[in-house]
Amino acid sequence: MRGDTSVEFEGNIPIYIQIMDMIKRDIITKKIKEGDKLPSVREMADNLKVNPNTIQRVYQELEREGVTFTQRGMGTFITKDKKVILSLKSEMAKEVIISFIDGIESLGFNEEEIIDTIADYMKRREK
Amino acid sequence: MDTILKATDLRKNYLKKRALNGVNIELKKGKILGLLGPNGSGKTTFIKIAAGILRSTSGELLIDGQAPGVYTKSIVSYLPDVNYLFKWMRIKDAVDFFNDFYSDFSVEKSKSLLEFMKLNEDDKITSLSKGMLEKLNLALVLSREAKLYIFDEPLGGVDPATRDIIIDAIIKNCNEDTSMIITTHLVRDIERLFDDVAFIFDGEIIIKGDAEELRTKSGKSIDELFREAYQNV
Repeated sequence: MRGDTSVEFEGNIPIYIQIMDMIKRDIITKKIKEGDKLPSVREMADNLKVNPNTIQRVYQELEREGVTFTQRGMGTFITKDKKVILSLKSEMAKEVIISFIDGIESLGFNEEEIIDTIADYMKRREK
Repeated sequence: MDTILKATDLRKNYLKKRALNGVNIELKKGKILGLLGPNGSGKTTFIKIAAGILRSTSGELLIDGQAPGVYTKSIVSYLPDVNYLFKWMRIKDAVDFFNDFYSDFSVEKSKSLLEFMKLNEDDKITSLSKGMLEKLNLALVLSREAKLYIFDEPLGGVDPATRDIIIDAIIKNCNEDTSMIITTHLVRDIERLFDDVAFIFDGEIIIKGDAEELRTKSGKSIDELFREAYQNV
């Protein structure tokens, strides 16, 4: 997957959650495909420059959420269940929307104005 | 047994000065502990006791269930914060020196680490820059097949590129059987390595816990928590 050496993490969010989000994002954007094998814990820790225990936790949590499955002696694979991947997508969309709404509300926009502004913006972008 | 190190009410006085004032720390096997504190907080004193170089005044420190001594020295690989290699040596002499000294030293491992650090066997110790010397010492210490590695300020005074290489080498060498204690006051660069952290101030542990839990609870990075903690004391 990522071979770049300098992945920056936000300090204030647990690192394992940031790595989980990164992997989920890569699944949604099809950088990683259904049924793909994830790098080993070692490789991943090396690539991202984090503690292998953190990656271990990432893989455990992803499996718990049904995003991945483990095959004994083979490694960790991305689920082939399309439903899971769709729900990842809507979950991430929700997060984007929430942070957008938080941002625009703090500028003093109300619901109507938000919808108008988006509709207006989308219309102009089409042209 | 899954505890590699346990300190209970550990105290150390230098004449009248109290360097450690009842320290309690427990480290599980396979974990990396960041021991964080400003200069003069007691980090190095604690580590020297664990490495078997200093004796505690009172309290108990057990490594793999045993008090510091011949056995614990054989399983602890310690990187001091000062250089202790002789001036006449070339890098290969330093490797031989370590190989003679420690039965768990792996020449093979040292070769690959030296290569990784881009160090040349034939270079003289006196010709090395501060960063190269730090890399050499780290390579030697990591070349032992130890159960517990202790690094005292491994990032002290080295440039960012060297820092990355050092962090890299540390990551490549950790697995579920090895544990590590790393002291530093440069928390930002290395906090992603820590499983657990303990903040030490004036010989006492003022905050300790699982690094990710501390981030979740506070919504802050370990670095921010560290800065805050020492502003308020």
